[in-house]
This record gives sequence, C-alpha cells and structure tokens, in this order.
Amino acid sequence: MAFESLRAMPLVNQLPPGPHYGILAQFATPADLYHACERVRDAGFTRWDAHTPFPVHGLEGAMGIRRSKLPWIVLVAGLTGAALGFGLQWWVHDSAQPLVISGKPYFAWPAYIPITFEVGVLFAAFGAVFGMLGLNRLPMHHHPLFQSKVFERVTDDAFFISIESWDPRFDASATRKLLESLGARNVELLES
Amino acid sequence: MAQTEAELLDNPVAGSPTLILRSPDFHSITEAVAGPVERPAPIGWWFYFIPALALLGLLGVAVSWLFWEGIGIWGLNVPVGWAWDITNFVFWVGIGHAGTLISAILFLFRQKWRTSINRAAEAMTIFAVMCALLFPGIHVGRVWVAYWMFPLPNQMSMWPNFRSPLLWDVFAVSVYGTVSVLFWYVGLIPDLATLRDRAKTPIRRFAYGFFALGWRGSVRQWNHYESAYLVLAALATPLVLSVHSVVSMDFAVSVLPGWHTTIFPPYFVAGAIFSGFAMVLTLMVICRTAFRLEHIITLKHFDYMAKIMLVTGTMVGFAYATEFFTSWYSGNPYEGFTFMNRARGPYAWAYWTMISCNVISPQVFWWKKARTSIPILFVLSIVINIGMWFERFVIIVTSLHRDFLPSAWGYFTPTIWDVSCLLGSFGLFFTMFCLFVRYLPMVATSEVKTVLPEANPHGQTGTEREVRHHRSALPNRGEPTPEGAS
Repeated sequence: MAFESLRAMPLVNQLPPGPHYGILAQFATPADLYHACERVRDAGFTRWDAHTPFPVHGLEGAMGIRRSKLPWIVLVAGLTGAALGFGLQWWVHDSAQPLVISGKPYFAWPAYIPITFEVGVLFAAFGAVFGMLGLNRLPMHHHPLFQSKVFERVTDDAFFISIESWDPRFDASATRKLLESLGARNVELLES
Repeated sequence: MAQTEAELLDNPVAGSPTLILRSPDFHSITEAVAGPVERPAPIGWWFYFIPALALLGLLGVAVSWLFWEGIGIWGLNVPVGWAWDITNFVFWVGIGHAGTLISAILFLFRQKWRTSINRAAEAMTIFAVMCALLFPGIHVGRVWVAYWMFPLPNQMSMWPNFRSPLLWDVFAVSVYGTVSVLFWYVGLIPDLATLRDRAKTPIRRFAYGFFALGWRGSVRQWNHYESAYLVLAALATPLVLSVHSVVSMDFAVSVLPGWHTTIFPPYFVAGAIFSGFAMVLTLMVICRTAFRLEHIITLKHFDYMAKIMLVTGTMVGFAYATEFFTSWYSGNPYEGFTFMNRARGPYAWAYWTMISCNVISPQVFWWKKARTSIPILFVLSIVINIGMWFERFVIIVTSLHRDFLPSAWGYFTPTIWDVSCLLGSFGLFFTMFCLFVRYLPMVATSEVKTVLPEANPHGQTGTEREVRHHRSALPNRGEPTPEGAS
C-alpha cells in the first residue's frame, strides 16, 4: 500500500502508528468549515487537513498554513533554464561552430535573448508543475481517506476536516466530540 | 424567476455582473459539466465528429502525398516561396493566443468571468498549436531531416543558427505548446478527480484516477496548487506575447518591403487575440447549446468577448492604416509600391476581403444587441476568422509576388493539395476538440464553483442555508456571519 511510504516519512516515523488513520468529519458549507478550521487550529492540532471541492478563499489562514514555497523553486528553475539557454547559444556560436552569418558577431547577445527567455520559461513551467506535485506528494493513488464512501463527494460538493491519529492531541472520542460540537455531520473513524 | 436572460445580464442590485445564472448549487454544476462526459454521445456529437474525422483523413492523404512527391504538389514557387503553408501556420498559432489570454492574462487581472470558458479555450489553444506545428514541420521539403531544427549533437558537428528568427520561432512555438499543455493539465487535475469519484465502471475509475494523481482536495494541496497555477499564469502571460512577436519577426527581421516593419510584433499579437476570440466564440456557441450549458456560459460572457473583439479588431485596423502611412512617410518607393499593390494590384480582392472582414464587420459590436445576439455573434466569428486568415495571406503572398525585378513577378494560385492541407488542419482541430468535449470536463468546475456566492467562507452557514428555502434567481453576496453562529 502507498500508505507504507507515507509512514516511512521521517516526521511520521517518530510517532507510533495507531490502529486508526484518523477521523474524518463532514461540514455543510464553506462557512461552517472555515469556523471549524479556526477552532481546530486554536485547539493546537498539527497533523490535520481540510478537504474542499475548490480552493476556499482564506482557508489556509484559518488553518494556519504558511504560504507555499513553490515560487522559489520556480525562480531557481527559471534562472537555470535561462542560463542554460544563453550558455548553449554562446557556446555554439563562439566555440563549437564559429561561423559568421549575416555579418553578426559570434557573441551576438541581443540575438540570443528570445531563446534565453523561452528556455527560461520552459524550465520555470516544469519547475512549477513538478514542484507542485512534489510538495503535494502526488501522484499518490492510494490513501486511507479513500476508504470513506462520503469522501467521494469531496470533489463535488462536500467539505471535510481530517485529523490524523498520530497528532499528539488526538483522542478518538474527545476529538470526535470536538468536531461534532463544531457542526460536523458525518464523523467517521478511518482504519489505517 | 420571471426575468429573461438578457434582463439578468445587467443587474444593478447584484453589484457585480451575474456570471452564473439560475443560482445553481455546487452539485448542479458538477452534474451539468460531468454529465455529458458520462452519458453516451448524443447524436449531434457524431454530426460534428464524423465530418471532422473525414477531414483529418484528407489531411493524412495530403501529407502522405506531400512526403512522397515533395512540396512541388503545392502551388508555391519562385517568387512566392511561402504561401498557404506559412499562412496556415501563422493563422493557427494566432488562434491559440486567445486561449492563453483567457486562461492566464484574465486570471492575473482577476476577471472572474473567465472561469466558465477557460478550460475549453485552453484546449483550443493546444489543438491550434498542434495544427500550427504541423505546417513548419511539413513545409521543409525533406521532412526526414526536420530534426535539424533542434540543437541536437550530430555526426556532422552542425548546429542551428540561434541568431535567426526562424530558430527563435522553433523555440517559441514548441515552448508555447509545452507550457500550454502543462497549464491545461494542472487545471484539469481537480476535475479529473471529480470524474474519478463519480466513475461507475472500473475502466473509467482507473483512467480518470490515473491522471487525477490521487488528488484529495486537501487545503494543504490547494495551497501549493494555487501557487503553481498563479505562477503558470504569470509565466504564460509574457510567453504568449513573445510567441506571436517572434512569429512576426520571421517576417519583420527580413529586409523585404511589406515585411520589414517594427509595428509587426504588437500588430500580430492584437490580430492573434482577435482571431482567437472569434474561434472561442464559434466553439462556445455550439458547445453551450449542444451540452446545455447556457446557465454557465452566458450571454454576459459573449458580451465581454465581443467587446474584446471590437477592441482588437479596431487595433488591427489601426495597424493596417499605420502600415500605409509608414510606407508613404518613409519615401521609399519599394515600400510605397508594395502597399499600393496590396490595395490595387492583382491581390486587391484578398486585401479588401481582409479589410471588410476584420475592420468593418466587428464595428457591429458597438451595439449591445449585436453583442448579445447568438446568430450575429456566430456569423461574425466565422467572418472574422476568414478575414484573419486572409490577413496572413495578404502579408505573406502580396509582399512576395512582385519581386524587385518585374521579370521575376508571379501570381500564386493554390492547388488542390494546398486546399486539402488547410481543410485537413481544420479536420485535425475539430477531431481533437470533439474528443475533448466527449471525454474531459469542458468547464473548469472547481473554478466555476469559486464564483458562486455560497463559496464565500464568510457567507451563510449550514443552519442559515436550511432556513432559506426559497432561493431567488439572483444570487446575493453573502452577509458576514456573526461570530459563533456555527
């Protein structure tokens, strides 16, 4: 199971895995979810997540998630691409195959700019896509959350909070009570 | 509920334009978009798909014959060394640009109306770029050495000339195609997950699930996802402007009267957006009716697109006038001759077709009645695309056909294989588009849901929603919830 690889992650490894993956609770609207997230965050939970069919504005703040570091990956990838693109042209026309074409100098740097730009954009775009997938640990086709039948609606119109059992504050009955007091509808304990 | 669609368009009460009509909930949007993908193809789909496939077959025949016999089967010859091949190339690259404008530039400008049409427009971009890449690939004569265009180490120790705009073009268009596919795929991931979760058969579950990559809609994932989407939009914006600028430099950097002009990059970009919006409109008029998406792709969207077409069409007209002015003001007799020859020479019919389709016809969009009339929009979108094809034809062929020496003058006439390649490229485009609307969600549901009032986390809570049984036709902006109401 792909879950084995999740358990192999260093952070997770420090905590004893319980018999359960955690608790999944459904909320009716983005507003309910938003308020619940604020409370779960304030209760001091760390290993938890919210699940929505679309990005809900401001929910990262309510969950206390920091901004994505992805733009830095993109910046590095883009600059690498631009440098490689420029370097390739320079090397080809200056040392690999020095030919005078239409009277241009070997190091005709203004003529190198379009391709430098294009290769930079190409690398940056790959950096954005693969960086995003890497940070999100995707692809991951198996996950304990997919056991839940109601969770199938997460890509349609349902809103969830999941709290993992290895969160230090996790307690199967107390956490369930907390979520129910926040307006949760279907509260489920998921097997790991 | 008695209001008509037109009355709903401009509603001073709602404050912001009503983008999605009938105030649907999240589930009904999923249903409206995923439903057509899950049901068997309607008869009407075959009505488009079979002719498109037949034209694609024609392309196969035309290209095979071209490879077998050589480019002599086309009508081009000295002095017209570039004709329909490059015309088609520039035409198709231009079509693609509106898709990127809608998906990237309007995203950066926070134009929420784009959400209903961006997915289909991006798909259109990808298919248009495929058609565009076909032509430079097949026009080189010896196609089996087309890989010489790329900087690959080879036994001859030869490298391409990076100082040439033609090579910039190879890079610009292939990077554009790649980035468009990446951008489109990233946008598709959450919607593929929707199809995965709704799948009734194991094959569908596997196929959509495979490409959905195990998406769980987690906020921690959305956080990186939205960052990636924003970054890709920010990258695609300068990229799309660079692509048609580079395409225009294929001409502008040469020293040929009619091509050698600095107005080309902005003029080409405006023309590209103009023709691309016309193509989006053609496709959307058909799709919204065929798949009953009138409440998601509304007349308001068409109204906005018509305004953009009016602006870009007028910009293109201004560029035509500027070219004439510059040719006169330069005092260069060759420049002057080229432009007078365009308007009054043997290709005057093509020139005036271009002017009437591109400059005169979009002026109808000054009137709101025209901007919100489906028949007028549909006819004009096709007229504009004919005009924009002629624009490229006029630029390319009229500048070439009367060379500096009158003894070298000629007149280009297309052969049946020129026509087959052009029609065939439409076959490729429409085949791909038909397959797209059949197997993938043609509206970005996860984005459309964000523009619904219910999506606002500071709006109504579940308890309040249950109290409110009756929903009016116009969605209101949600009231802020008092603390602790949940």
